[in-house]
Amino acid sequence: MRHVTSLRIGPMGFRIGSDWRAPIAALDDLYRDYPKPDGGIPDFNVHLFAARPWRRFIRPSVHIAGDFVIPDAAPLPLEMGLLAAEMGMNLQMALGQRRYLLLHASAVERDGKALLMTGISGAGKSTLAALLMARGWRLMGDEFALVDPATGLIHGFPRLISLKNEALPVVQAALPGARFGEIMEGTPKGTLRHLVPDARAIAAMAEPASPELILFPSFGFAAEEREVLPSEAFVRLTQASTNYMSLGERGFDALTGLVKAVPAHAIDYPDTDTAIAQVERLWGTR
Amino acid sequence: MTAYRAAPPATLRIVPLDALTLIYHRASGITHIVDAPVPEILEALGEEALTVDGLLARLAERFDLADADPMALAVRLDELVTAGLVERR
Repeated sequence: MRHVTSLRIGPMGFRIGSDWRAPIAALDDLYRDYPKPDGGIPDFNVHLFAARPWRRFIRPSVHIAGDFVIPDAAPLPLEMGLLAAEMGMNLQMALGQRRYLLLHASAVERDGKALLMTGISGAGKSTLAALLMARGWRLMGDEFALVDPATGLIHGFPRLISLKNEALPVVQAALPGARFGEIMEGTPKGTLRHLVPDARAIAAMAEPASPELILFPSFGFAAEEREVLPSEAFVRLTQASTNYMSLGERGFDALTGLVKAVPAHAIDYPDTDTAIAQVERLWGTR
Repeated sequence: MTAYRAAPPATLRIVPLDALTLIYHRASGITHIVDAPVPEILEALGEEALTVDGLLARLAERFDLADADPMALAVRLDELVTAGLVERR
């Protein structure tokens, strides 16, 4: 690989190599305040490579590879090289993570206690996490929350926050001084822009937090809330985990421990102001 | 007469939650999410081998069974054998 960088997000170290300079330059810029992997040794490798040598120059298209790969993943145009790098890192986590139970969830922390939010794509995980960060919560991650089977604590993974479509103006208005990446239009998920987590999120990225509340948000509905029983939370969280099966009994223990100890609620919301009010109230009455 | 007994306790992790019960089957690594009467059947069987009629009698002692149907119980038991949670003797 001609161009290489390495960085640590939460407890995980990555090394990203690329045939092109641009994606690495974008990573080096947006992740400039992030630490290097512990001991200089990455947990995962990501490679962004050209399908054929000449494709480095002519209609360059980025293939994603790494320690763990999905065969036949579609390449992305070079303008989306940063997205390809992020997808590559997510893929390594989703397929290769063995140390922690990985939940497809955003997480924020207040007073050492973590709020987890999980739902389908478009439910508002990233948007709500970014808006809560703007209100003084510590962002632990917008994509993955890591449950330590040994302690039950949540470890953060505060990668760049991935904002999509209608969430963009809302979050930009709430965080006028924040650092954003380039706007990418026409991605597989529509218009996309990365937001750099604030200094506090980066400085405290290695600090775990005790899980305190689980929310299942759904965007686009009249405001409503209902309690989610542990059995339903368990089923939903196994669906939200990419490595529940591969962790075996450690995963079972970690997840049953989580749903027995932590209350869960589903919240439907028509707009983000409503959702933030619901979150703050549920946090206050937990 | 076929007799049934629960899989050895060391091979199962049983965690009752609200309405449902979670059973982790160590031998297969599969998590089963079960409703009544599965936890009750496993508990009634224990390590003792029972026939369908013997099990039904034991369940009837412990629970107020509205429709004590040996055929339905035999079908349930065969499903549990397939899942590895119950063994035939």
